[in-house]
Amino acid sequence: MRSGNANSGTRWADAELTARAQPLVEYTLRLADDALVLSQRLGEWITRAPELEEDVALANIALDLLGQARALLTYAGQTEGAGRDEDALAYLRDDREFRNVLLVEQPNGDFAVTMARQLVFAAYQYELYDRLRASADQTLAAVAAKAVKEVAYHREHAALWVRRLGDGTDESRLRMVAGLDAIRPFVDELFDTDDLISQLGAVAVDPADLREPWAAYVDAVLIDVGLELPDPDHTARGGRLGLHGEALGYLLAEMQHLHRSHPGASW
Amino acid sequence: MDGSDEQEAAFYAIIDADGRIEPRDDMPEAYRRSLVRQIAQHAHSEIIGMQPEGNWISRAPSLRRKAILLAKVQDEAGHGLYLYAAAETLGVSRDELLDKLHTRRQKYSSIFNYPTLTWADVGAIGWLVDGAAITNQIPLTRCSYGPYARAMVRICKEESFHQRQGFEALLALTRGTPEQKAMAQDALNRWWYPSLAMFGPPDTEGGGAKRSTHTEQSMRWGIKRFSNDELRQRFVDMTVPQADVLGLRMPDPDLRWNDERGHYDFTPPDWDELFAVINGDGPCNAQRIEHRVSAHHEGQWVRDAASAYAAKRQRHLEGVA
Ligand SMILES: [Fe+2]
Ligand SMILES: [Fe+2]
Repeated sequence: MRSGNANSGTRWADAELTARAQPLVEYTLRLADDALVLSQRLGEWITRAPELEEDVALANIALDLLGQARALLTYAGQTEGAGRDEDALAYLRDDREFRNVLLVEQPNGDFAVTMARQLVFAAYQYELYDRLRASADQTLAAVAAKAVKEVAYHREHAALWVRRLGDGTDESRLRMVAGLDAIRPFVDELFDTDDLISQLGAVAVDPADLREPWAAYVDAVLIDVGLELPDPDHTARGGRLGLHGEALGYLLAEMQHLHRSHPGASW
Repeated sequence: MDGSDEQEAAFYAIIDADGRIEPRDDMPEAYRRSLVRQIAQHAHSEIIGMQPEGNWISRAPSLRRKAILLAKVQDEAGHGLYLYAAAETLGVSRDELLDKLHTRRQKYSSIFNYPTLTWADVGAIGWLVDGAAITNQIPLTRCSYGPYARAMVRICKEESFHQRQGFEALLALTRGTPEQKAMAQDALNRWWYPSLAMFGPPDTEGGGAKRSTHTEQSMRWGIKRFSNDELRQRFVDMTVPQADVLGLRMPDPDLRWNDERGHYDFTPPDWDELFAVINGDGPCNAQRIEHRVSAHHEGQWVRDAASAYAAKRQRHLEGVA
């Protein structure tokens, strides 16, 4: 997962070209792919959660994220104008075309890793959607207005579990610390800004602006139980340019296999 | 209930008036035990049933189908929760019941011991298995135990939604490519007889007196309203015309309408196979329990942390107060 390097030269020129040609499509795919890939990961918990209530809660969060992804993919396809619908975008793109951050594709690990990832991502997505409600693009604003209420719950759910695990038993505390360590390398990428963002102006939210309010929320949760986000020993990035970790290929292989086995079929 | 005649008379007075027994009411111990067993088995079936369908969440062939399936499996977890809560009103905890499931001292519906081999199996389960569940459960909305009856009202609404969605998923396949249609037919071929077996053994043959005594007792107590064969017939009569709409063939050459009876005649399931599956010899019995037990084990430290945290907060609040 250390391979991602956003500055590795001309090989990614195609993606950047598309981005310049259709910045709104590219931006919408970033939002959509974050939600879709995390939804797919959370779905893996169902029937394996620590208690029935969590099977329900994680399914609920996965469903919310899937709903956001579907609205955003549909909009990306419409804006692109090449006849791709939500399924064409979800099932027929390869991993190099996915625009999600590396954080959301990370394997679930144990419940502490998943909750660390949930806290970090939901807190980020909350600040993002909260501002995107005022987007100059009406569709994105409408998706954000609906989603921000869902994500407020995702954030609370994760915060509650991080507190419980952080201040539960000795074992849970060790695992929570390890969970935060495991996801730490993938945090900084969330707040990266680039030309696409400046090009889009009032349509997009600048991720860099989210870091401070995000940190205020996450730190308050962690400080409450005497935890902190460690300094990273390395950082990984590249998801926005389609430079993913190896795990995403397997996630997509599983997700896309059946759809691709029946070209042109409808379900 | 200490068995006094007065209390027993009061209990049967409620039953005979088609009233509801509530947790605070006196009830015969045998009634309570029988209900615990039935509700627990039902709850276990809901949560084990999440596995064969959960098997396809990651691979659902469209995002719309993925959302429908996620919501369905979530509903089944919710059904498990309502039912364990209903059982708790009879003085048993969810933990005790789960422990009995994990150690195979309580059963769940055998239908979930068959594998979901293709996407069409998800549709077939919704259409047939949820359909059979509804047929079994609608009468239970009027059963004599209040908390169980009320849980069933809520659950039946959702099950009928699942049944329609399953039917619709299969319809998309039978109207699709030849490969999709073949997938749907194959799923029906594999799920038809196991679905018929969901209603339990026949009322008259192959069982002997013990079963019918049990059925009679349950009927007297108002926790069973129709016999297994009546419910099975009702399910067949409801399902055959739906298969016609789907354009699928029932895997039963002897299935035909009987004008005299006003019902379909059909071939019953192979009871030897059913009992083998019930007794642990189905294709997925070991896998289903193993999956459940390992999820439970792996979640132990999480549940422990939640209770330790709650206890600390409680002490903290008391200390402050
Ligand atoms: Fe159910
Ligand atoms: Fe159901």
